[in-house]
Amino acid sequence: MSKTWKEPEVTEALAAEHGIKADEYQRLLEIVGRTPTFTELGIYSVMWSEHCSYKSSKVWLRKFPTTGPHVICGPGENAGVIDIGDGLAAIFKMESHNHPSYIEPFQGAATGVGGILRDVFTMGARPIANLNALRFGEPSHPKTKQLIAGVVSGIGHYGNCVGVPTVGGETNFHKAYNGNCLVNAMTVGIAAQDKIFYSKAAGVGNPVVYVGSKTGRDGIHGATMSSAEFNEDSESKRPTVQVGDPFTEKLLIEACLELMATDAIQSIQDMGAAGLTSSSVEMAGKGGLGIELNLEKVPQREPGMTPYEIMLSESQERMLIILKPGSEDLARSIMEKWELDFAVIGHLTDTGRFVLKMHGETYCDLALAPLFDAAPLYHRPTEPTPAKPDLEDGVRVLKGSAADALKTLVACPDLASKRWIWEQYDSQVGASTKFLSGQADAAVVRVHGTKKGLALTSDVTPRYCYADPYRGGMQAVAESYRNISAVGATPLAITDNMNFGNPEKPRIMGQFAQCVEGMAEACRALDYPVVSGNVSLYNETNGEAILPTPTVGGVGLMADGMAAVGLALRTAGDVLVLLGETRGHLGQSLYLREVLGREDGPPPPVDLAAERKHGEFVRALVADGLLTASHDLSDGGLLVAVAEMAMAGGIGAALELGDADAGFLFGEDQGRYLLAVPAAQADAVLSRATAAGVPARKIGTVGGDALNGLPGGAISIASLKQANEAWLPQFMAGTAH
Amino acid sequence: MKSAVIVFPGSNCDRDVAAALEQVSGSKPHMAFHKDTELPEVDVIAVPGGFSYGDYLRCGAMAAHSPIMAVVRERAAKGVRVMGICNGFQILTEAGLLPGALIRNKTLKYICKTVDLKVETTDSPFTAHYQAGQTIRIPVGHGEGNYVADGETLKRLEGEGRVAFRYVGAAGAADAEGNPNGAMNNIAGILNEKRNVLGMMPHPERAFEPLHGNTDGRAFFDSLLESLS
Repeated sequence: MSKTWKEPEVTEALAAEHGIKADEYQRLLEIVGRTPTFTELGIYSVMWSEHCSYKSSKVWLRKFPTTGPHVICGPGENAGVIDIGDGLAAIFKMESHNHPSYIEPFQGAATGVGGILRDVFTMGARPIANLNALRFGEPSHPKTKQLIAGVVSGIGHYGNCVGVPTVGGETNFHKAYNGNCLVNAMTVGIAAQDKIFYSKAAGVGNPVVYVGSKTGRDGIHGATMSSAEFNEDSESKRPTVQVGDPFTEKLLIEACLELMATDAIQSIQDMGAAGLTSSSVEMAGKGGLGIELNLEKVPQREPGMTPYEIMLSESQERMLIILKPGSEDLARSIMEKWELDFAVIGHLTDTGRFVLKMHGETYCDLALAPLFDAAPLYHRPTEPTPAKPDLEDGVRVLKGSAADALKTLVACPDLASKRWIWEQYDSQVGASTKFLSGQADAAVVRVHGTKKGLALTSDVTPRYCYADPYRGGMQAVAESYRNISAVGATPLAITDNMNFGNPEKPRIMGQFAQCVEGMAEACRALDYPVVSGNVSLYNETNGEAILPTPTVGGVGLMADGMAAVGLALRTAGDVLVLLGETRGHLGQSLYLREVLGREDGPPPPVDLAAERKHGEFVRALVADGLLTASHDLSDGGLLVAVAEMAMAGGIGAALELGDADAGFLFGEDQGRYLLAVPAAQADAVLSRATAAGVPARKIGTVGGDALNGLPGGAISIASLKQANEAWLPQFMAGTAH
Repeated sequence: MKSAVIVFPGSNCDRDVAAALEQVSGSKPHMAFHKDTELPEVDVIAVPGGFSYGDYLRCGAMAAHSPIMAVVRERAAKGVRVMGICNGFQILTEAGLLPGALIRNKTLKYICKTVDLKVETTDSPFTAHYQAGQTIRIPVGHGEGNYVADGETLKRLEGEGRVAFRYVGAAGAADAEGNPNGAMNNIAGILNEKRNVLGMMPHPERAFEPLHGNTDGRAFFDSLLESLS
């Protein structure tokens, strides 16, 4: 049967509807040398979208350090790869699914998890852990509750079914996210170093194979949708959100890993944003080859799909594989065992052309290289964020009692327990979870079949980034380094998920540029390179941008995962040691916002040399078995850290704070840790600190059922816990705001 | 102890339970695929947790009709020990090897946490290593763990001492506080009449070694080993 479609005529107006600006269209015409066909226009529009081309961000991303002794593969592949010893590699990446999650929270978040899983297992890794970083609008906003419910159940639906534990993450609230929530999902997997798969196609004539789910009409133009601002009409974009099937993903994981254990695969890539288009163009482009596809061979879910629809569909759970010659039967039998579609849909060529045929008719015949590497590159104008004036000295005078302020802080949405969320995620499948985030500063997961532990975190403080993007960028990396060090693991590398507003606005582009500069400096100073990442721009609704949110996903390694230290206080009599210098910085602190109702001042300065020294010192203490608990000081400062450790352990502390002011109690100075040390070792730890030049002082003793010694009176652990646990379930049940 | 673990499409605790079986017995379990129509001679068959067939139609419903389950039924009738954990429990009830059914949690939400369980009987190859009445802590992770059965079945289960594990609260009582999913009589695990088939929602393989922070599940596997020696 032959069938041909009459495609619409391509004009500059039609190109504009595809998100291609007038000057970009002129560039396209010059490259193609004629008016493109409708299918060709669609292909150019997705390949040149911000989402696929990184056209606004690329010039800045080059500033990140991306190499190091542990780096096996940095940015540019589906995910980053690092050496974790004994012939094993950790493969990981974080990616956003912000726009889809706002439009359709359940499927948007679910397919975000599915997409990032594929980025990792496509490289040959079995996924062993998921994390997610969520930012929602203020709780009083009418959409917030519904978004939380949908996003959380979507993440759980997908992650629980595929059988990858969700072990960590963070959830914050701010009115800047009212019209644009953030869903950043991270997956970490493990592969043998000699079994890592890349996406660079090779071998003229080699078969191009499609496996996984069938192609439907869902998600067409998802990449383009994600590259535009939102407005009142965004609801109408719901059809551009994909629908996920975690069951098929689970089969795809098992089938791909089984196929990867053979010698059949030359290269492989998942079909993510821009589906079949970006996977085939990128694979052939990296290999400097051409590719020819026969679209009638693509497994299709519904009849009558046009070449344009097949190429732009973002149907989930699909992979594109270049097989070695003669491997088709083996590959087909494995896919059929797992009841997945398998089809040879084309072959690699030496023509350098991207050729798409359907029933004999040619719908696309383009030079492939320009699609891959000639997208517009913008040096967009940047405008720096003006420095915030320092706070007045008087702000350090404690308002009310320390106990009341502490209770307010542990109950505020950002710090309140997220149990309601994480109990909906299977955190234990794999039987290798040592700590969830919340039990320790980093989640710790054992590498199957070894004693090794991977420490995993997600960090960023968007209010710092907004007040001072450079310092905020630096702080995000430093906090990740600190959280991984706190459990005793060596920080190895990060993935970054850059969430920003409209880059065409100089102030927003300035935020991006300064965050990158700050992050890059911290990465260099801490030997903590970037190995993968994702950029999500245009996070704006009706002109209101989100806070700059460069989420940092960190990975660290411990030789013995069992030795990792959690944050819960355990033993009465242990001595609490405060490590690092406390100046009492209250600018942009949670105390300022939650207790005084102000969002003012500069964020805390970051001393990268001190971060490094303190991190190394804490790791050495963990290695020597000297700590029973360890926690970094971040949001809410010293007292919030003590409270979190006490609540986790169900045991209090007698604090020795003198007449400390609000700055000392709640300041958010960086580079600090709170450690619990057995009494017999306390003096030794303090003198080791002196010898190492690390500021350290005893600030209390573990014991009792309250925090005693607070200026203005004690507070019981039970009442702190009640305040901390109550907010989210009550909010979700509709009995709190 | 020779064992087999059944792998359905969508099983995801198969490797975890296999690792626990291997550790206690010293021999690698046979991994059987859902389409298999035979099994080697084994002493124990584990039907693992996960989302067999995506939980589509109804949890466990399609798995119960897969070719391998005919073999499992046959072996169960011959007295081979069969344990179903989580989705495995759902499959065994759908297969008619255990009475009752598991429906959506009362909260309508998936729940993953460590719960307190009371060991209600030590008269089984799965629980002999525990003390009767002992409270143990084992993680659950499920969306459909709410055990239901008709009055007559419940009466028989209780009367014949076939409730293996029961959810309990902080005070050690089988109360609403300790019940994570709304299960009737706080039932977490049951035995068949011959006591060689057990189904339970909690995951003993997730409380098996020190890494898990709690090894209360270890005695479950030790019981099996001992029952065969």
